[in-house]
Amino acid sequence: MKPDRTAGRPRRSLLYIPGNNPGMIQNCSIYGADGVLLDLEDSIALAEKDAARKLVRGALRALDFGGVERVVRINGRDTPYFEKDLAEIVPARPDAVRLPKVDGPEDVLEADRIISRLEKENGIEPGTVRIQAMLETARAIVNAAAIASSSPRLSGLTLGGQDLAADLGIKATKDGRELLYAKSAVVIAAKASGLEAFDTVYTDVNDLEGLLEATRTAVSLGFSGKAAIHPSQVPVIHVAFAPTESEVRKARAVVRAAREAEARGAGVVALDGRMIDAPVVAQAERTLELARLAGMEDAQA
Amino acid sequence: MKLDCVTNSIGRRVPREIPGLGVLAPYAGAYSRLDGSYVYTPKTFPRRVPAPTTDKVAPSLAAAIERSGLESGMTVSFHHHLRNGDTVVEQVLAAAEALGIRNLTLAPSSLGDEADCVAGFIRRGVVSRLHTSGVRGEVGKAISRGEIEAPVVIRSHGGRARAVEEGSLRIDVAFLAAPACDRLGNMTGSAGKTACGSLGYAIHDARYAGRVVAVTDNLVPYPLAPRISIPQYLVDHVAVVDSIGDPSKIATGATRISRDPVQLRIAELAFGLIKSTGYLKDGCSFQTGGGGPSLAAARYVRDYMKEKGIRGSYCIGGITGFMAEMLKEGLFEALFDVQSFDAAVTSSMADNPRHMEADVSCYANPLNKGCLVNDLDVVVLAALDTDVDFNVDVLTGHDGVLRGASGGHSDTAAGAKLAVITVPSMRNGVPSIRNRVQTVVTPGETIDAIVTERGIAINPRREDLAAAARAAGLPIKDIRDLKAEIERVTGVPDEVEFADDIVGIVEYRDGTIIDSIRRVV
Repeated sequence: MKPDRTAGRPRRSLLYIPGNNPGMIQNCSIYGADGVLLDLEDSIALAEKDAARKLVRGALRALDFGGVERVVRINGRDTPYFEKDLAEIVPARPDAVRLPKVDGPEDVLEADRIISRLEKENGIEPGTVRIQAMLETARAIVNAAAIASSSPRLSGLTLGGQDLAADLGIKATKDGRELLYAKSAVVIAAKASGLEAFDTVYTDVNDLEGLLEATRTAVSLGFSGKAAIHPSQVPVIHVAFAPTESEVRKARAVVRAAREAEARGAGVVALDGRMIDAPVVAQAERTLELARLAGMEDAQA
Repeated sequence: MKLDCVTNSIGRRVPREIPGLGVLAPYAGAYSRLDGSYVYTPKTFPRRVPAPTTDKVAPSLAAAIERSGLESGMTVSFHHHLRNGDTVVEQVLAAAEALGIRNLTLAPSSLGDEADCVAGFIRRGVVSRLHTSGVRGEVGKAISRGEIEAPVVIRSHGGRARAVEEGSLRIDVAFLAAPACDRLGNMTGSAGKTACGSLGYAIHDARYAGRVVAVTDNLVPYPLAPRISIPQYLVDHVAVVDSIGDPSKIATGATRISRDPVQLRIAELAFGLIKSTGYLKDGCSFQTGGGGPSLAAARYVRDYMKEKGIRGSYCIGGITGFMAEMLKEGLFEALFDVQSFDAAVTSSMADNPRHMEADVSCYANPLNKGCLVNDLDVVVLAALDTDVDFNVDVLTGHDGVLRGASGGHSDTAAGAKLAVITVPSMRNGVPSIRNRVQTVVTPGETIDAIVTERGIAINPRREDLAAAARAAGLPIKDIRDLKAEIERVTGVPDEVEFADDIVGIVEYRDGTIIDSIRRVV
């Protein structure tokens, strides 16, 4: 399978767009989100499933999304729409499908098999359409590592906060502290397999302060992005992902030292008399990238 | 009406003459009369001096109409400060009809949604001519269908003030709704249960009309205090009625900032453009409308001015509670209020001496000795349609039917150093940038930029702005490319079919004719 050609692109914010709302779909490029999640699952009533699927397929084929990543959340493997969704969406070449209700590796593998066949039938290069797996049950959290390593088609893991709370029989709070273990489990499983980890949605669209706090927590836990359910949430999420001025200064010094070491042909990078490990350099580069995305001036190394 | 036409300087066919209005001058450029050489002689008309009266208060509206000397064929004016809550237009026209008066020329400062009743007065012959800034609803449909023989004359707010002052629009009797009034006719809009804030349009009519009738539902003890907007020496009669309007439709609650992502995106880009041009600095002046993107842009402007500690000079125009708030925060020296858009404004004007009532000539009359719009730095405006020449239509909808208002659009665009149009790239699937707008209200010569959620088009005359905006990383696009991009989503709509008959003319602020409105087939 080919490497993820979209690796390294920003995925701070992924905005859910109901798949049956042409007015919103046509504006995907203007919301400022790094990616959109065109939804065929929870936001679509049963009677609208077919219409939404056709609309999303048409939009993927016809509309210019600019640089915005196009992810389609399909219906789960346990529904009668799963195969239909894949059959109609994959030929329209989304960047990824988000697979809900993933309980174990077999759910990912089944989707992978179908997508591989569809790519072949439609002359699409194998591995073009990635998978993001949604972990929404206690069983899924227990299987997180196995899920994360199940298929090279996977590009990220995420958790479904509402469904997971329901499965655990607990009440979901706004700041999501009851899901701390599950969130960390998803982040660690994802990172262990080189995947990205996306945080669940913040459901109160009127509380942007609370969203900012929750997103800052997500950043501190290691999530690379967070889903949004309203365009007004997008800039707030981006604020939380923006590094501070001092973090940018430090990162710039690290990256500069690494480049100088490389230019000198030195194998070891040193800054202010201390050795710097490769992961630190990578993290510094990531910080500068986030600063650039946040529009911070002078974010170049 | 079929009329002999001539082509004006922007290629629009406009009539040379209209029976009853006389010879008309075609538009010849936005500043053709503003180079300092233009001379005009005001047309005056006889005014009878009333004997000092002991009682201006008439026993009824009908009695006030009779005392005013109103006859068939005369011109009556109204202000539109009561917005969609106004009932004075209907009450006066109904009383006039009952008195057997016909063939009136109706010349309000504008007509809103409440004026559907006017269509009936037109059909019954009570009103046979119309001069206004705006036309909506049934009246717009009636005109576009050709139900009124004489073409309607559309003027901007500044243009109407000019026409009244120079005498080309002669008002025989002005009926001025007064939320508070005393027995000698002192009036204000900033008190009473139907308070509407500024009386900016009414002040001007009171100065120039042959007769002035105050129509009030709130006769206060003499003298009206502390504020008098229109003084007693301009007022002939006072008519007391049960109600001049519906307060719930006059002063709506505080205008709220939109959460619509498209409008917010437009506002964000508009603000980015304004910021990049460097006009937002100490001493700047600013005008924005109460519409979605304009108001949202004002919020960005406010946050930026606060953050950078900028203190501007003044804001003008239709004033919203949001701008009153900015004044209170010390972001501007003063507000000039010609028309108040929401309830929050009324208390600000009553309580804050820096929130000043301005008459419409002071606001926008291009041919007086210095109007406020001429000193504007930045104005953010809306549009129904725009075209590749940057012309703006705020009058006719996609179906060609009249449904908008000229307002202060062309006045502020011509006066401001930076005139920004904010418009969604499409509405209900119909694109907002066309090859030619149906009706030019504001000429492209006076528009600097068109901002849509899909990018910004800058008038090629303003390469300086384009360079600054590009340097700021804004999505600047050639207007034809932007149009093509939008049409990839919408397709290109069919042209609306029009007959040759002219049902209206659009007079530019300087008195020349910029476009004609034709009958919709």
